[in-house]
Amino acid sequence: MKAMTAAASSADAVLRPGLLPGVAPQSDAERVPQPPIPPEVSNLESSVYRFILKHSMKQQILLLLLTLSSFPFLYYSLDLPKTIVNRAIGGKHFPEQLLGFEFDQVPYLMILCAAFLALVFINGAFKYAINTFKGQIGERMLRRFRYSLYQRLLCFPLSYFHKNSSAQIIPMITVECEQLGGFIGDAFNLPLFQGGQLLTMILFMFMQDPILAAAAIALYPVQGYIIPKLQFKVNQLAKQRVRTVRQVADRVQESAAGIVEIQANDTVKLNLTDFAHVLGRIYDIRFEIYKRKFFAKFLNNFIGQLTPFFFYSLGGYLVIKGDLSFGALVAITVAQKDLASPWKELLDFYQIKENSRITYEQIVEQFQPSGMTDAKLLLAEPEQVMPLTGELSVANVSLDEDDKSRVVDAVSFTVQLDEHVAIIGQSGSGKSELALLLARLARPSSGRITVGGLDFAELPVAVIGRRIGYAAAMPYLFAGTLRDNLLLALRHIPLRPPEYDETLGRERERQLYEARRSGNIDFDLQADWIDYRSAGVSGPAELTERIAEILRRLDFEEDIYGLGLRGRLDPAAQPELAQRLLEARRALEQRLVAEGITNLVETYDPERYNSNATVAENLLFGTPIGPTFELDALADNIHVRRVLDQLGLTDDLVEAGRQVAATMTEMFAGLPPEHEFFEQFSFIGAHELPEFASVLAAAENGGVGGLDRQQRDKLLSLPFKLIAARHRLGILEEGMQQRLLEARRAFRESLPDEARSQIEFFDPARYNAAASLQDNMLFGKIAYGEADAVARVPQVLRDVLEALSLRSAVMDVGLDYHVGTAGSRLSLAQRQRAAIARALLKRPDLLILNEATSGLDAPAQTKVAAGLREEMAGRGLIWVLHRASLARNFARVLVMSGGKLQEQGRFEELDRKDSLTALLMAAE
Amino acid sequence: MSLVQEYELLRRVPMFADIEPARLKLVAFMSERVGFDDGKLLCRQGDPGDAAYLIIEGEVEIVLEGPAGPLTVATIGANEIVAEMAILCDTTRNASVRAKGRVVALRISKEPFVRMVREFPAMAVSIMRELANRLDSTNTQLSAALSEVRRLREGAGAPASQEAGA
Repeated sequence: MKAMTAAASSADAVLRPGLLPGVAPQSDAERVPQPPIPPEVSNLESSVYRFILKHSMKQQILLLLLTLSSFPFLYYSLDLPKTIVNRAIGGKHFPEQLLGFEFDQVPYLMILCAAFLALVFINGAFKYAINTFKGQIGERMLRRFRYSLYQRLLCFPLSYFHKNSSAQIIPMITVECEQLGGFIGDAFNLPLFQGGQLLTMILFMFMQDPILAAAAIALYPVQGYIIPKLQFKVNQLAKQRVRTVRQVADRVQESAAGIVEIQANDTVKLNLTDFAHVLGRIYDIRFEIYKRKFFAKFLNNFIGQLTPFFFYSLGGYLVIKGDLSFGALVAITVAQKDLASPWKELLDFYQIKENSRITYEQIVEQFQPSGMTDAKLLLAEPEQVMPLTGELSVANVSLDEDDKSRVVDAVSFTVQLDEHVAIIGQSGSGKSELALLLARLARPSSGRITVGGLDFAELPVAVIGRRIGYAAAMPYLFAGTLRDNLLLALRHIPLRPPEYDETLGRERERQLYEARRSGNIDFDLQADWIDYRSAGVSGPAELTERIAEILRRLDFEEDIYGLGLRGRLDPAAQPELAQRLLEARRALEQRLVAEGITNLVETYDPERYNSNATVAENLLFGTPIGPTFELDALADNIHVRRVLDQLGLTDDLVEAGRQVAATMTEMFAGLPPEHEFFEQFSFIGAHELPEFASVLAAAENGGVGGLDRQQRDKLLSLPFKLIAARHRLGILEEGMQQRLLEARRAFRESLPDEARSQIEFFDPARYNAAASLQDNMLFGKIAYGEADAVARVPQVLRDVLEALSLRSAVMDVGLDYHVGTAGSRLSLAQRQRAAIARALLKRPDLLILNEATSGLDAPAQTKVAAGLREEMAGRGLIWVLHRASLARNFARVLVMSGGKLQEQGRFEELDRKDSLTALLMAAE
Repeated sequence: MSLVQEYELLRRVPMFADIEPARLKLVAFMSERVGFDDGKLLCRQGDPGDAAYLIIEGEVEIVLEGPAGPLTVATIGANEIVAEMAILCDTTRNASVRAKGRVVALRISKEPFVRMVREFPAMAVSIMRELANRLDSTNTQLSAALSEVRRLREGAGAPASQEAGA
């Protein structure tokens, strides 16, 4: 905890002097030099034993000592029963002496039994302690191993991920290494313990009778020779199995990612066949392993039983001949039996050891791709990250792909860090790879890139990642809120430790201790990691404004505003804001009145039927929380049904359903089932039409009263979707509306308490946590069939929010939008904007855009380009463009072709007849 | 006003008169009832035509926006259809339609309507028949107008009187 705080606060002092709460601003001269502690770089040892020894030697020795010290107790506990039987129960010489006291038979027996009980307890305690300790060593080492693997993964070159699927890596870090934990605890302890036992017994046997003892272990060398031979083949197979299982993971991931192609091209059977083929290989391998394993077992057992055979035959012969005493033969036979257990343990251990060794080596082998970033560069935490100044110089830089084709070929140029440069070229010209090189996401095969005189190759990621911005055409957004994704660029190290109370503080200290014991990073996830200073703001409030400014520049504000209106707010967490939004609700209402357009929104009124809402919404008169009262299934809800039954509404609604069904079947009959009108207009899906037709026919004969329960349920569900103002079916007339109002009241009154928590009722004076911001402010429905409503109401809402200065609060809610896995809930254009916003937020000295706006349409493109260039004025911008014409406004343009820098200059100079630029423009 | 009544109104429009009842009900159902306050535009001259309107209540004015300012060329009342050309062909509005007092109209959108016409040839035939009738009467009017023009030219009289039409 202490070290953590020191590390965090010193980092804070470096990056944000004066902003640490409660710490006076310090000038550089006063500052106590206290470099942040860079996280440990963990390397992987080549063999599992080396790994164990390097990181847990001390614990392993401790474990051994603990085990050894348990031996005397174990010995006594084995010895004591003999004493109890022979001397206490069967003894004849009382009183017995014990520790200088004399005891009669019964007290003597009791004392020995008490001692026995104590020994049992002590042995149990030893066992518990040893096992726990073993578990701890194993788990810590496992944690360390996984951590090292993950750390290495972060150092992998980009090209690795192009060639290898993550599906192969995931099982390595998760499942495959799991068994190592158990093995590591046993690695030294078990062979020494069991081996020691074995040796002791052998020694004992030799003391009894050297010849028979020799006979007892005569076959050990044979086993010791054969078993590894057999095991070797099994090991080979085990390796194959691991590789093949990884292929399964690979296939599954590929199929999930390529599901569209599989169905679009009907490769289903091919995929199934391929998968079956891989499974078949696994089957063969596993079956082969079984056969060999059990053969080894069979051989082992056989050899094990050969020894008694010799005892009985040879020993028996010797006894008969009188060369061996009967007692000695029995003693040795018993000892030999005892020998079997540790010997078996050792052989089993050998198999586990081999297994673990292979697993370890195979995993480590996969985590050594060439071209890895030096972990030191990745983790180094410079005392101060200075802004980059001067120029970016690219000298004779080339990049070879793995197959040795040259994608960037001896490119040289310099860019001032206040200059805006466009790079154009056809796809495959090397422009994208150049952008990767400039962001140091790829390393040049030859040549040198420097920035402000600093060699790119030696700069830590802490400098590159904080001072250079990069956004790509297919940016990745992490699952979480949009805000999280934007702030990612400001979260480099923990800056302000969180406040813990005593209990949490102790718990946190324990966690840190554990992390360090496993060589893990000991930063605090709960700390505030946001580096406000690098965003050029003083705190959260300004940061929000700054984000809004960036969003505006990127023409992204409206999207976020829209997301905000559709988003939800937790009034318990932000009571003040909820209150202000309620004010906005009232202000909006007044505004509608003032402008004489109250007819555009039909407000929720507990006393009135809302003709722009569905019957279901009118009945529930609230927002469902959770699935119980889901509007689509409200007709099946027991509480609703009970109320309808009580009020005698059920029959009428079933009848209404019959009318809806009749109208629908009449109108939609004859349309092909796949017709889009069903989707757009019908209450009844095409596939349900025949069923409804038969229900209608049944009702024709005996009226709706004669229908069975299921048929009635079917009809009843229809009117729940009706909106009086929209569906003019003549069913929801005034009388019916009044009865539904009555049902609304009865429903609310009779609702049991446990169901109440499932609905947030409409209440003019309350913020509705379950409804969106927009629904909360409208507190009603936009009217159907009023010419301007759809355009006008949002505009009025916008004005009201603006007037109450609530727009930024709405945007704030919009930023809490969950972007989904890989940002899939956003469009490409939105993702691209988010990625650029993220890059801008850290105020980079140099921004590199790699076709980063390719998903935007032309007008948006122009707006974003203008906003971006304004934002980056006075700082470096290198923009690899997907279309040459976009380079028009750039003072300097580099033209790439075939990996070479072919032309450069002002756009006007380049755009002459037959120039490459002109050709590129013509090709658009 | 319910769907049935709207259907009745639609049926009285010559262009829809021959359409099968079930189809016409579907047209009514797909259409939207829209209210317009006084002075609001149902459609604006020059905008792409995307819907026809059947006036249910109130009156609308057909307004030509000319260089000399807006000119009201006709007033159309309840139970009549306006801007129906828009849902049959891709043209821009050749006049604006403005609510005179409160107006409620049935908005018949072009896209679903065209789809229906395409899928139910019987609909197309009845519309075609109505258009042919109109063409015929327009031709008659035209020849009458032309002979009127000729007569006036020969007599060197006043310019031809304006025929209203939207």
